[in-house]
Amino acid sequence: MKLVENAAGRQVPDEINGKEAIPYRGVGKYRPSGRKYAPPIATCIDYPEDNNKVVGSLKEALVRCGLKDGMTVSTHHHLRDGDLVSNQIFTIASEMGVKDLVWLPSASFPCNDPVIQYLEDGTVNRIEGSMNGPLGMFVSEGKMKGMAVLRSHGGRVQAIQDGDVKIDIAILAAPAADSFGNARGTGGPSATGVIGYAKPDYLYADKVIVVTDNLVDLPCFPMEIEGNYVDYVVVVDKIGIPEKIVSGTTQITKSPDRLLIAELTTSFLEKSGLLRNGATMQAGAGGTSLAIAVYVHQLLKKKGWKLSFGFGGSTKYMVDMLEEGQMGYILDAQAFDLDSVKSIEKNLNHIPYPVFNAYNYHSKGNLTTMMDIMILGATEIDTGFNGNVVTHSDGLLLHGIGGWQNCLHARNVIIPVPLFRDRIPVIVDRVTTLCGPGELIDVIITERGIAINPRRQDLIDSVRGKGLPLVTIEELKDIAEKMCGKPEKAAFDDRVVAAIKWVDGTVIDAVRKVKR
Amino acid sequence: MKQAITGNAGPKVRSDIEVTLELTETGGIELNLRSKVKTMYGKAIEEQCRSLLQYFGIENARLSVNDSGALPFVIAARIEAAVKALTGTAKSFIPEMAAENLYASSRDRFRFSRLYLPGNSPGMFLNAGLHSPDGVILDLEDSVAPERKDEARILVRNALRVVNFYGAERMVRINQGERGLDDLEMLIPQNVHLVLLPKCENAETVRAVDNRIREIKEREGQNEMVFLMPIIESAAGVERAMEIATAAESVVALAIGLEDYTADLGVQRTKEGKESLYARNRLVVASKAAGIQPIDSVFSDVGDMEGLLQNVLSAKAMGFEGMGCIHPRQIAVIREGFSPSPEEMEKAKKIVIAYRDALEKGLGVVALGTKMIDPPVVARAEKTITLAVRLGLLPENWMDLEKSKN
Repeated sequence: MKLVENAAGRQVPDEINGKEAIPYRGVGKYRPSGRKYAPPIATCIDYPEDNNKVVGSLKEALVRCGLKDGMTVSTHHHLRDGDLVSNQIFTIASEMGVKDLVWLPSASFPCNDPVIQYLEDGTVNRIEGSMNGPLGMFVSEGKMKGMAVLRSHGGRVQAIQDGDVKIDIAILAAPAADSFGNARGTGGPSATGVIGYAKPDYLYADKVIVVTDNLVDLPCFPMEIEGNYVDYVVVVDKIGIPEKIVSGTTQITKSPDRLLIAELTTSFLEKSGLLRNGATMQAGAGGTSLAIAVYVHQLLKKKGWKLSFGFGGSTKYMVDMLEEGQMGYILDAQAFDLDSVKSIEKNLNHIPYPVFNAYNYHSKGNLTTMMDIMILGATEIDTGFNGNVVTHSDGLLLHGIGGWQNCLHARNVIIPVPLFRDRIPVIVDRVTTLCGPGELIDVIITERGIAINPRRQDLIDSVRGKGLPLVTIEELKDIAEKMCGKPEKAAFDDRVVAAIKWVDGTVIDAVRKVKR
Repeated sequence: MKQAITGNAGPKVRSDIEVTLELTETGGIELNLRSKVKTMYGKAIEEQCRSLLQYFGIENARLSVNDSGALPFVIAARIEAAVKALTGTAKSFIPEMAAENLYASSRDRFRFSRLYLPGNSPGMFLNAGLHSPDGVILDLEDSVAPERKDEARILVRNALRVVNFYGAERMVRINQGERGLDDLEMLIPQNVHLVLLPKCENAETVRAVDNRIREIKEREGQNEMVFLMPIIESAAGVERAMEIATAAESVVALAIGLEDYTADLGVQRTKEGKESLYARNRLVVASKAAGIQPIDSVFSDVGDMEGLLQNVLSAKAMGFEGMGCIHPRQIAVIREGFSPSPEEMEKAKKIVIAYRDALEKGLGVVALGTKMIDPPVVARAEKTITLAVRLGLLPENWMDLEKSKN
């Protein structure tokens, strides 16, 4: 393996875990050819005639799937921090003496921290997916055997479709399933609303196991997972802890400073004309984003406007818009709270919409390019408007990419952030880790001023002279440094511990082991 | 071995630092640094600590700092306080006054909202001005624990020099009695615009503070007026409201503090506030008679914005011209409540125009439709218009615009 400089000027490995890697070439510059990856041909005569695929335990299912050293196992993250299934896979594998598994989750949560022991005992070689908190720290300290690969939600679909990742066994938790393997996200004690992140897994994995705590009569309808792709069904007592499936991220911020940023953002949306009757919008589930959704809702009501649709991660605040007539439809990849889960069950205009269709580089079209308003976060933004979402300024890998990179393709990307967190400036001269190129990031909104990307003269013109605190990104950086002092850069070893993929599968940056 | 601990640490603490200092006989400076921002600022914090100890002439000490992202002015204040606690040094390390903090105030500026900031909690200082209160109060009195009073004073001094409050009137609430006068010594040279006097009961207290301020200003060569806002929080204070309001030229407002007042009366403070109606009326009347601003007590339920608005509207109806806030989210509600409503402005415009028309035509009687308008009604309308223009709710040339409409 050697390091090469990519089109963004970052040193990236030309090989990841023994496989050739393509350095980032620029936005929309990489065009793969060939045919999509396909799972092996199955034969229906190999399956029971009564179509009852239920087996006794997850272990039995894994054994029957032929779990062995070096396999790639995948999971989805719809159970969020209440996931009781994923860790079991590795407990079973460890007991069986299986080594060097690759785990491909669509995201991980604090509840997955116990996987660290299986990384330590050699059961798991590496994680290709998001690594938060202690898992990220483990990687940053160079303790993971293989190189981590971080992909966006869309990038995960892309990698599965073009065969960059081959899933041997997909283990898919389902809030409701029938004995044939049809499954959905609604109903039962562990309802998640949707389970769209499982789509590429069940379509492309060699073997598919559905795990449920709510076996229903056939057909489990409407099915998000189709049983004819499923090998085994496992029934367990509990797949999730309901109160943790709906996690704490969906609380509106109480911080007056964050609320101020949310107000300023809403004012920007109004004065720029980006918010209008018929606009499309997506905002995340962070506290500031939720506050923006509430303020935008109030403004829409006042103006008598309606958003044509919103793309979820859905929250109560989007559901309120839908129910009160300020949003036509919610297209939904994941439900963040209980109100959203209920809404999907009862409201026909709240439509499950997997990222498979929305974000994927290999799709024939990209939903995000239709979004007028995209509200995102970041750990760092630099004076070139480049963004970082995975590491902190101290160099530690602490977050996954989520849908962030995919969402950058929206028409107007707006990032509300505090100018500094504690003493640490968010606006820096060069992001620690490059996750998204500055040409796709349009507006940075802080409590001390709004910086618009000079590439977006149209946006600058739209708000000039309208009483908004417009500044340049350099001015923001200077204000932060004047208050906090100029921060020192994190020191790293040479060893690359994680590769950051761009939406097209090329390598946009690498994370190195932190020096202690 | 004597030890001094200043500042704060803990899971919820932000932008502060806990300093533990112990003087030793030999061994130089032994520094133990814990910080959430160590990677980015560890060296800077260490250098700052060492150079401060050197400045205070301390050669041998054990210094442990537990940092939660404190800015340099906070670190400096915490170290100075620890050194002072151990050595009693008269020396101070005074940060440079930021140019943007040198703006002036004026006697008759609006004091609708004034945001209380607990004087020993630096995390709340940094963004306070961004919420656009009319004033920020750095509080050394009730929000600071007795054993933290000395360090809070140093912290507030540094904050007044370094933190940008973005045009808010720079206020401090000093302690009662001698400690309050000592507070003035350290704070008056920091471009303090207004001093709040807690639990004020008589004119002598006001004059004592006023005199001390005058002495300090003379000594420091300061010319700007430092205004006073006595807070009346007792039955005795209410009875002497007029005497307090007129005790010194620098008194620009009287505030009422209802928690202490109701406690003094031995009654419960209620939402409808019958128990304090007399006191509030008395304070408004005394203030108006003295030509100063009457300011109402804080509304303590920070979650109840509708209740706050109703409270502001009733205060405004009684004649109050401002209210304290204990949370930044209250500021906009208070401002909205004290601002003239669109209906009030419309009515006032009509009255003022009718009055001017009558003057031009040489009529002795002013009429609006079939209704006669008395001079006090005109005076009130003019006050409403002046307020609206000053708040930017009406343009200066509103009358020309109004006439060109017709």
